[in-house]
Amino acid sequence: MRLVTTPSQTVGPYVHIGFDPMTVTDLAKDAAGERIVVAGRVLDGAGQPIPDAVLELWQANAAGRYAHPEDAGSAPLDPAFLGFGRVPTDGDGRFRFTTIRPGAAPGPGNTLQAPHIVVCLFMRGLLRHLFTRIYLEDAPENAGDPILALIDEPARRGTLLARRTAGEAEYRWDIVMQGDRETVFFDV
Amino acid sequence: MADPVGYRRAAPGTQPEWLHPPYRSSVGRAPTRPPVRAPHTISEITGPIFGHDRVGPDEVDLTRQHGAPAIGERIIVGGRVLDEDGRPLPGTLVELWQCNAAGRYRHPLDQHDAPLDPNFTGFGRAIADAEGRYRFVTVRPGAYPWRNHANAWRPAHIHFSLFGPGFVTRLVTQMYFPGDPLLPLDPIFNCVADPVAQQRLIAAFDLESTVPEVALGYRWDIVLRGRAATPMER
Repeated sequence: MRLVTTPSQTVGPYVHIGFDPMTVTDLAKDAAGERIVVAGRVLDGAGQPIPDAVLELWQANAAGRYAHPEDAGSAPLDPAFLGFGRVPTDGDGRFRFTTIRPGAAPGPGNTLQAPHIVVCLFMRGLLRHLFTRIYLEDAPENAGDPILALIDEPARRGTLLARRTAGEAEYRWDIVMQGDRETVFFDV
Repeated sequence: MADPVGYRRAAPGTQPEWLHPPYRSSVGRAPTRPPVRAPHTISEITGPIFGHDRVGPDEVDLTRQHGAPAIGERIIVGGRVLDEDGRPLPGTLVELWQCNAAGRYRHPLDQHDAPLDPNFTGFGRAIADAEGRYRFVTVRPGAYPWRNHANAWRPAHIHFSLFGPGFVTRLVTQMYFPGDPLLPLDPIFNCVADPVAQQRLIAAFDLESTVPEVALGYRWDIVLRGRAATPMER
């Protein structure tokens, strides 16, 4: 017999009580790889900052391997890297986290997924969380990425590209919920 | 390497739509474009695995986290974490948060004129055991007003957050109590179109887990997405 899944409900305005005890804004710690910072803002349909959002992050290590038994790839695991982050926005809708540049991971068929970070987004007003991805604009693998290729309007792919800020290992990436610059979300 | 087997997609109506105008906050925040359908890759079927060391011994009993017992009707909330095929999901991290018995959250934004309880934080955490079971001791949360519409009150509820086996099995939801007269009036509870799915949000009174002289028991099983049986379901 198949059971129906429990429906999602919003995290509401007091999400910090439940999520703050496990906040992780430094995913890198002692892990191997190139340290990068990703920072940005979460904005609503009126362009106003969203102060009560939480981003959860999941990514492969520098070699492209996930710390999970179902990743049977041959790339090495890094015992110092879990790959999970939980990052709240502040009063101005800003977030910032440190991680290591993920390696490319296998995609469907014989494709290769460009380095990316999976984002699960929660906030008051969302009855169900949203999934999106962060890609790094300077990664040459982006051109062949099978998931970016699913986005029909090439202009919208840009909403998933984190832009390198001048000279630093820091990337800028915003989430826009509605409007012309609306971020691409995935039905997964 | 063969493509990974993904997880099942929700049947229509069993999960809320992002835009649900009766819930006012969804209007300015729900995306206006349909999400782009994507397959489940290795990035989606994997996810963080948290060990038992994540949970402290005081975290399953919210009534005894401070110097004196929390005020309110003590209750036990427990059940199993299962997938759609009824298989237990051991090791699932379950996080819980709620307001106190008077309907007030320990949060600077909650200005409801109801007393705070210095002995109640309202946060708990557990790891499901080998049979997928979890169990919390807490107080029954109060109903409280909110400004969604005129004379709006949230039914008593407890927020739950679960990490299943993969990142796409992630679930954050709310548990409600049976027979609550506020349920038919609540736009958040009523965002679920499918009546069978909606009933999943309501715990059952459970004499079996009730502890004599101590606390009433409520049973609430939580069902996460199951594995697709065939590649066609991906």
